[in-house]
Amino acid sequence: MSVSFDYFEHEADVGIVGMGDTLEEAFVGGALALFSVMVDIEGVEPRLRAEVSCAAFNIEELFIEWSNTLLAEADLRDMVFSKFEIDVLEEGRLHGYAFGEVLDPKRHSLRSEVKAATYSMLSVEYVDDLFVAKCVVDV
Amino acid sequence: MRLDLLEKIKDNVWEIPKSGDMLVAGRIFGSEKLVREMDDKVFEQVTNVASLPGIQRFSLAMPDAHWGYGFPIGGVAAFDPDEGGVVSVGGVGFDVNCGVRTIKTDLTVDDVRPVLRKLVDTFFEVVPAGLGSRGEITLTGNKIYDVLQEGAPWAVGQGYGLEEDLTFIEEGGVVTGADPIDVSETAIKRERRQVGTLGSGNHYLEVQYVDEIYDPAIAQKFGLFLGQIVISLHCGSRALGHQVGTDYLKTLAGASRKYGIPIKERELVCAPINSPEGERYFSAVNCAINYAFANRQVISHLVRVGLEKIFPDAEMKMLYDIGHNTCKIEEHIVDGQKKKLYVHRKGATRAFGAKRRELRGAYQGVGQPVLIGGTMGTASYILAGTEENDGAFASVCHGAGRVMSRTKAKKLWNGEKLIKDLENLGIIIRAHSVHGVAEEAPGSYKPVEEVVDVINNTKLATKVVRVRPLGCLKG
Repeated sequence: MSVSFDYFEHEADVGIVGMGDTLEEAFVGGALALFSVMVDIEGVEPRLRAEVSCAAFNIEELFIEWSNTLLAEADLRDMVFSKFEIDVLEEGRLHGYAFGEVLDPKRHSLRSEVKAATYSMLSVEYVDDLFVAKCVVDV
Repeated sequence: MRLDLLEKIKDNVWEIPKSGDMLVAGRIFGSEKLVREMDDKVFEQVTNVASLPGIQRFSLAMPDAHWGYGFPIGGVAAFDPDEGGVVSVGGVGFDVNCGVRTIKTDLTVDDVRPVLRKLVDTFFEVVPAGLGSRGEITLTGNKIYDVLQEGAPWAVGQGYGLEEDLTFIEEGGVVTGADPIDVSETAIKRERRQVGTLGSGNHYLEVQYVDEIYDPAIAQKFGLFLGQIVISLHCGSRALGHQVGTDYLKTLAGASRKYGIPIKERELVCAPINSPEGERYFSAVNCAINYAFANRQVISHLVRVGLEKIFPDAEMKMLYDIGHNTCKIEEHIVDGQKKKLYVHRKGATRAFGAKRRELRGAYQGVGQPVLIGGTMGTASYILAGTEENDGAFASVCHGAGRVMSRTKAKKLWNGEKLIKDLENLGIIIRAHSVHGVAEEAPGSYKPVEEVVDVINNTKLATKVVRVRPLGCLKG
């Protein structure tokens, strides 16, 4: 596994980037970047598992759908996620899991709430032998 | 932004001439300095919005404009449903009816300074804010749907605030055409425990005092005096609004393809107003607008509770409550003809003048208060809407507008040091995320007084008072 993540500049909000040898790894990287905007994920134990399924028109919109489904699932469970697995990733369909724990303001280092992943600066590409998925998130 | 790409119409008003696919010209309000400093994406986004079907008169940008999602932040555009006009997620955003409410008190800055820290600490305890915060209300049974249809009046009915508060909210705190059936199950579930919560990011609750009066006559009609303590809150429709935005981003992406609407940026996904998708989206937006009104009504009640712990005899009255991420049906005159238009304001505020009949009872004959938030270290402004507003569909800016990214702000400023520096200036900050404080550093925003001066000098609205921060609660 060679998942990694990063951020890019955006005037009002923040851009997330997920990278990996496979598309699945790039999507996982994107999820790690997304939740790192909200909390220091190093301090979040993967104690509980949530199942995630989503569908979209194409691979780019699927990246957004994956990101926003994770935000909703975390919120509904009062959780934050720090680990992700994807077992199905096709042009329009994704199935996977998110792991984390219930948000505890005393233990977890809180950062900024993310309202949504947006279509702004959205791309999913294969660049220099790496899959790269990115978009701007609205904080 | 390059000024040579624009035509100067008059001081502070610039035009992007109609060209290519643009159906109307672009119009940007700003001083030469503010416009020159605007990022190039504002030009691109104003131009993109100008090509959407049914757009009327101009694609507009306010002096605080910066790069947004489809629309620039500070963008305004109105569409005629009878000309194939559209509704777009880009023109409303992910925090539907994010807005400001300002509450007047009979206290003065001299009353509050000796107990300022205790007051801010009290608000910190009483008003839920920050990531993961939950309110004291859990919506069960039909209340989940009631709040989406009844807005602020619902909250008053539950004991949060007074009936008279409603007179001082845009639309009386509720819009019609809100059917919860158009809101997804996920959004409904996410809404359940967030009524009465502030959120985070650039949301805040601020204790302020009036430190300068520009228009004494209007200030008196608004009930404002020098040294007066006012309390302002900035927040929106919370997770419900976010979920409405994300749900309909997907729906309207499909609709744009279905109806063959050529959109130049993905975030401008839209649907004809008169289409099933467009109608459902507008209905969901109305639900979220009502939720935000209810949210601010509940928080106002919590502010009253907090204030009474320190000042048991203090009087509190609403000044006004405005939204700055909305789409509303309004009548405007276009080419001499009265039209019913869908006006999108994304990071822009409505500013109705004295004669608008929508102000019946509250501020008719005066013009509505317009609440422009600055930064926690500088100032905010209260203006009044004017009649000379039809150039911009009675719209003005919403705040100062950012000039740098949050990433850069965090590199330049340290949250804890910023809090100490502001404390040395007499401003107490309490924050759930010190991280977030650095992102909101005053230096990361445009100078709000420059933005407000443009609004005043173009007569979009009139400066009434300036308020300075004393204490700020951030999520």
